[in-house]
Amino acid sequence: MAATDTTATGTAPPVGTSEDLQAALSRVDPVRKRKDRAMRLVVYLAFTLAMVPLVSLVWSVLSRGSGRLDAYFLLHSMRNVFGGMDAGGAYHAILGTLLVTGWAALISVPIGLMVAVYLVEYGTGKLARAVTFLVDVMTGIPSIVAGLFAFALFYLAVGPQKAGIIGSVALAVLMTPVVVRSSEEMLRLVPNELREASYALGVPKWLTIIKVVLRTAVAGLTTGVMIAVARVIGETAPLIITVGMTASINRDVFHENMMTLPVFVYDQYGRGLTSCAPGAVDCVPTINFDRAWAAALTLIIIVMLLNLVARAVSRWFAPKVRG
Amino acid sequence: MLENGALENGLENGDGLENGDASENGDASENGDASENGDASTRRAAVAVADRLAVTGRRSGRGLDRGFRYLAVTSGVLIVMVLAAVAIFLVVQAWPALRAGRSVSDEVGWIPDGSSVLEAVGPLVFGTVLAALVALAVAVPVAIGIALFISHYAPRRLASALGYLVDLLAAIPSVVYGLWGVMVLAPLLHPVFSWLVRWLGWIPLFAGDSAGNASNPPRVLMTASLVLAVMILPIITAVCREVFLTTPTLHEEAALALGATRWEMIRMAVLPYGRSGIVSASMLGLGRALGETMAVLMVLSPGMLYSLKMLVGSQQQTIAANIAAKFNDASPMGHSALIATGLALFVITMMVNMAARAIVARRKDFSGAN
Amino acid sequence: MKRTYASITLVGLLALSLTACGSDDPTGTGTTGADSALSGTLNGGGASSQDKAQQAWIAGFQQANSSVTVNYTKSDSGAGRKGLLDGSLSYAGTDSALTADEINDSASACAGGQAFDVPVYISPIAVAFNLAGVDSLDLDAETVAKIFDGTITRWDDPAITADNADVATSLTGPISVMYRSDDSGTTKNFTEYLSKAAGSVWTYEVSSTFPVSKDTFQGLNGTSAVVQGIQDGSGTIGYADASGIGDLATVKVKVGDEFVGPTAEGAAATLDASERSTEGRADNDIVFSINRTTTEAGAYPVILVSYLAVCDTYDTTAQADLVKGFLTYVISAEGQAQAASAAGSAPISEALRAEARNAVDSIKAKG
Repeated sequence: MAATDTTATGTAPPVGTSEDLQAALSRVDPVRKRKDRAMRLVVYLAFTLAMVPLVSLVWSVLSRGSGRLDAYFLLHSMRNVFGGMDAGGAYHAILGTLLVTGWAALISVPIGLMVAVYLVEYGTGKLARAVTFLVDVMTGIPSIVAGLFAFALFYLAVGPQKAGIIGSVALAVLMTPVVVRSSEEMLRLVPNELREASYALGVPKWLTIIKVVLRTAVAGLTTGVMIAVARVIGETAPLIITVGMTASINRDVFHENMMTLPVFVYDQYGRGLTSCAPGAVDCVPTINFDRAWAAALTLIIIVMLLNLVARAVSRWFAPKVRG
Repeated sequence: MLENGALENGLENGDGLENGDASENGDASENGDASENGDASTRRAAVAVADRLAVTGRRSGRGLDRGFRYLAVTSGVLIVMVLAAVAIFLVVQAWPALRAGRSVSDEVGWIPDGSSVLEAVGPLVFGTVLAALVALAVAVPVAIGIALFISHYAPRRLASALGYLVDLLAAIPSVVYGLWGVMVLAPLLHPVFSWLVRWLGWIPLFAGDSAGNASNPPRVLMTASLVLAVMILPIITAVCREVFLTTPTLHEEAALALGATRWEMIRMAVLPYGRSGIVSASMLGLGRALGETMAVLMVLSPGMLYSLKMLVGSQQQTIAANIAAKFNDASPMGHSALIATGLALFVITMMVNMAARAIVARRKDFSGAN
Repeated sequence: MKRTYASITLVGLLALSLTACGSDDPTGTGTTGADSALSGTLNGGGASSQDKAQQAWIAGFQQANSSVTVNYTKSDSGAGRKGLLDGSLSYAGTDSALTADEINDSASACAGGQAFDVPVYISPIAVAFNLAGVDSLDLDAETVAKIFDGTITRWDDPAITADNADVATSLTGPISVMYRSDDSGTTKNFTEYLSKAAGSVWTYEVSSTFPVSKDTFQGLNGTSAVVQGIQDGSGTIGYADASGIGDLATVKVKVGDEFVGPTAEGAAATLDASERSTEGRADNDIVFSINRTTTEAGAYPVILVSYLAVCDTYDTTAQADLVKGFLTYVISAEGQAQAASAAGSAPISEALRAEARNAVDSIKAKG
């Protein structure tokens, strides 16, 4: 008895077999053991609990959206489609989304990249600290506020109107901090030895940055930009108030309403059920919901593709060590 | 002479083109016959070229260098200016509604009669914060659970696949969450809410309507909050998982070596280490939930009350959803009033972000990480 | 590096090809007939009640004029009228006619002219409900009013069961009322019916925002959200334009001694029994004061008459021609038939069409 007592309290074991020792050491207080089991259960439960809605979401979009998602849907607009007509697609919305997001990228990528260059290569002192801080703050701007800003900006400049470019500005406000963050991270990964080697060869700083630093980091930068694009491509609220809606194709980002994919989802949902006349052929009462789900699936596929390609880029084009 | 020689050497080594040109110009036979002479002339030419290069290079290089630097600094300043512009434009556009006082309610439909914008924004702020906090309360514990599962419980291969899946889920657009929330989730929730009202109705959050029922269908703030919770779950999880994975292995092994169970190891090593990460992840989620528009817009039956009843319709509304619902219908004064509420949202989210940064910064100082 | 450029080029080409090969003719009808001289974009907006009809008109008009794009942004009647008056919309769909003040304010938007209304869409407002086992309910105006002001809170209330003895066993549980939370012409017409036909019970003012606020009620944004709400819940009831209710069950309201359901014919009969309101209105401003208490056989008095509010003068000839062309199509027999098949509305009568035609012909450009 005395021997086990001393083992339990952890002092050096007296004479005893090694099995005794092992058993004593690995014995866990049953209360602690039960707690461990309980917590494991809780963690597993949390995981399952969280998976239920997420799986349900993905499943709903897949099962309800895949029915209408075909080449016709992707390549036709909604012009002249009304009521329960079994026709119409999301082409105009996909095009609008690409144009609006493309312009947003065109605005935000150069700025974001230069800000990152500034922070990494030049930034010292108060301004750099202020910029770092404000970029963080900008990351938290709600998308609807970005939309209001773009609206207010253009309202003062050209009066009340809607156009793709206004939405692009709103998205650019949301996108720039993301580009800055990821680019900054990538530029900091470029080893200083490369810069120093370049300086030692007499290459000026600006050329070093362009030819050495940015080139080395190009894979990471591309990935960062694509993920930033993926993040804003699904934004809805700022586009509702700045870009508006239309049923026809509009390729001009500077004039008139444009449809975008997220707004198309919202708009089709908002159109609700249609009543079909008794005996009407070619009339689907739930057509608007069907289109909404199909567009949602399209949107998810685009976002997923962007993410996947971004990852592939970072893997394939990562700088390789040459022999 | 020594300097020139060095320069020439450098030039020859560094620039292959120049080298080639020189040898092409020099006749092979002449080179062989009068090597000394030829050598001197080439050297002189090379030095001249090098000097010219160095001079022009320095001059134009310096100009470009300075230009590039200005470009970079300007971009940095531009960010500062954009943020300032956001604030300024919002204030300028909100000013007419703010200045109009109580008379604004005559022109703007959604503002209750006889209220100013400041009075009307109160319930909206209340609804926004309530919805976001409830979403956060639901999402954070679950997200920590998933993050722990991925980082410390699941088999490694499954874990990396799950981590990837969570990242992808974080990228699903909010309008899709809204569509799912209103068409799939909401119809399923009514029995649950009825149960909550019946058994937990004494808690103000779960109180029923005047007839003692949960609203049917549940177009209520709780539904919106749950959709928000599902939405911010992947974001919080992604950050938490990353932080948990960076726990120093030494800490974990030390805990295990002391005889800790897995849970004790997590409690003693992982959670304390990741606390600032959890806080900043939560703040990130809170920021997103505060500003989220579509999910609330599509799910919620709006009202303008200071009401805690989350299972009853037409009680609360959030700022962002209110803007999206009313903006396209609004007159200039209506726009102004909505932009004023947007300004309030801007200020709230800024405060949350700054608080998050402050907390994280302070914890960094204490924790000795880095 | 080469691979990066190659992939960027590839993505660019892909995007370019995608932008090139889409079709703006999903219905495959192309352009019929000779192409007209009209071109440009016409922006309208307003009442969501006439949205389905608008989509049908826009489709028909665009088919006849292939280089025209018409956008109708559905929001609410008030927004439509405001949009017309501040010049951001060229025409407005509205469930309630322009007020005298609005007509006075219209000079600046209308290039010195005046705005006026043309009735284009006559539709029954359905009182729709979702209650297991009940396909149709017979209610008088007082009972409807009591349900929507929250006096009657349960389906088994004697006032409801009295007229519906055949389904009395299914009439159980609490009533959840759905109403429009936005500024809505449907609400205005519905509350006008309640206050005219059941004035002793419904003492609220006629207004485009629903006046009753009860915590057993839920307000939802737009016609389709209300319909969706009715459908998702059980024991729910609400009002919506009949074109948007899908296959929900509807209430038959008491007219005289009969119970009448929402049909286009019933709506037309009510309009026939109504009078023009001429006070303070120009000749081209065609506005009706609807007779909500008619006892005409087969008339369904819960209707809305939706107007297009337009200017009589526009800044440019192009805009004037577009508006004129569009409205001419809308009030044509073809346009009215199109709307009737898409939205189940009642076509405006032959006489009214001639009158509307005269009004539309008065639209001109400045100068």
